[in-house]
Amino acid sequence: MSYKTIEEINEKVRAGKAVVLTAEEMIDIVEEKGVKQAAKEVDVVTTGTFGPMCSSGAFINFGHSDPPIKMTKVWLNDVPAFAGLAAVDAYIGATELSESRGMEYGGAHVIEDLIAGKDIHLVAESYGTHCYPRKEISTYINKNNINQAFMFNPRNAYQNYNAATNSSNKIMYTYMGTLLPRCGNVTYSTSGQLSPLLNDPLYRTIGIGTRIFFGGAQGYVVWEGTQHNPEQKRGENGVPMGPAGTLALIGDLKQMSTKYVRAAVYQQYGVSIFIGVGIPIPIIDEDMAEKTAVRNKDIYTNVIDYSVSSGPRPVLKRVSYEELMSGSIELNGKTVPTAPLSSIKKAREIANVLKEWILKGEFLLTQPVASLPLTNTVNKLEIRNRTEGVQNEKD
Amino acid sequence: MKKIKVTMYFPANKIAIPLAYHLIKNYNLMVNILNADVSLNKVGTLVVDIEGEEKDIEAGLKYVRQIGAEYAVFNKSIIWKEESCVHCGTCTAVCPSGALKMDKSDWSLTFDKEKCLVCELCVKACPLRVMSVKNGDII
Ligand code: SF4
Ligand code: SF4
Repeated sequence: MSYKTIEEINEKVRAGKAVVLTAEEMIDIVEEKGVKQAAKEVDVVTTGTFGPMCSSGAFINFGHSDPPIKMTKVWLNDVPAFAGLAAVDAYIGATELSESRGMEYGGAHVIEDLIAGKDIHLVAESYGTHCYPRKEISTYINKNNINQAFMFNPRNAYQNYNAATNSSNKIMYTYMGTLLPRCGNVTYSTSGQLSPLLNDPLYRTIGIGTRIFFGGAQGYVVWEGTQHNPEQKRGENGVPMGPAGTLALIGDLKQMSTKYVRAAVYQQYGVSIFIGVGIPIPIIDEDMAEKTAVRNKDIYTNVIDYSVSSGPRPVLKRVSYEELMSGSIELNGKTVPTAPLSSIKKAREIANVLKEWILKGEFLLTQPVASLPLTNTVNKLEIRNRTEGVQNEKD
Repeated sequence: MKKIKVTMYFPANKIAIPLAYHLIKNYNLMVNILNADVSLNKVGTLVVDIEGEEKDIEAGLKYVRQIGAEYAVFNKSIIWKEESCVHCGTCTAVCPSGALKMDKSDWSLTFDKEKCLVCELCVKACPLRVMSVKNGDII
């Protein structure tokens, strides 16, 4: 078994001698040369995804006005931002809706406009304090006149996700797109064999501190993402068969590009944001060569009936991404058209941009500072009474 | 030569008339059926492209009225702002005519205007507001 350290790989990157392939190119090389040889020859495999990721947002520090204000309520282009932080810090969440334009404009649009360098109308209120006497402010900010602006997304890059359909007689508007009645279509959202966490299914190289492509800039994995569910059922190849691991990501919004961060509106559902994420996977051994050669036909997910709104949604079928990407699947004896929600074209572009960065020596690989947990399940929010005998506040 | 796109509505008792045949045979028109929804005992709809000389088209449409059917000429069209498209494919989930499809070779969206029924479903389904309706553009 050949073995390379991250430092050895980085030395090659610095010298411009690293062999870097995208996850799709890796499939061909492993097919042609075998796992052993591929592990020796290939240093890095790049992945990518570009899909709607609701759990996203950005921290912004506006700087102090004269006289200063301790902002307690903040609006950016009429979209409320969370201001329960220090005086001029706020968090703008992607799915927050505009108070005047409703679903047509939201936090995601503010973020996209900020990245584009546009002026954003900032309105803030306060109760006024001795040290922060101002009670209101109305001004314009952009990415050049504010202090820090970093995207901090609690849950991105889902490792696999359900496919959706709707068996009811009514059309459904969901975050999985428009679902036609009587199982008229099936939608799915992943870049499959290009997807970051599907190429490192057991988080051997991706961990806390991993440097990544994030919205067109260099960012980092900071934590397991919310609803991280590594105990999801997995196939023999280690690849989970439903929603599993997730990542919390951080990166400098000012360095990002609107090519890789785009606001989205899902009819009757609300605002979300397309984020481009690419993660390099160091081929440290044969196991990683094998894992990064995963193909759409080896990745499975469940087709879930979204019309069931209470209790567990029924699984109608287990399908591979090869089947989903073919354009139709068989469901209850019927041929049902399938449609993607995340852009494979963009995912490819991202894997290629990241590959270029590494080839040029502009992007070095990282050894994770700590691993992502392999044990954790997702809790349900139970509607219940207070537990007897437990001290609660004011008891 | 002129080409128009027309939706025709038939009362339940008229759907059996082989209309397209008559338009072709008696009015010298080229008729391309884009979508047909003709179930028995219901109002049927037929979306067609009609191509021919202007006077033949006029006469053909007059015939459609004569037999008791109604028609509406498409005066709208769908505009795809390709440069803003991220090729996610969400719109293909709702397109009833196959006008919107993913090109499997590079996973980019393709839009075949000829097949479009101007149902406007994609306009609302596109999360990036890349699809819009344009008025007054007779095809
Ligand atoms: S839904 Fe919109 S952005 Fe996505 S492929 Fe269709 S037109 Fe392009
Ligand atoms: S309007 Fe849009 S959804 Fe309807 S047929 Fe035309 S392209 Fe397809």
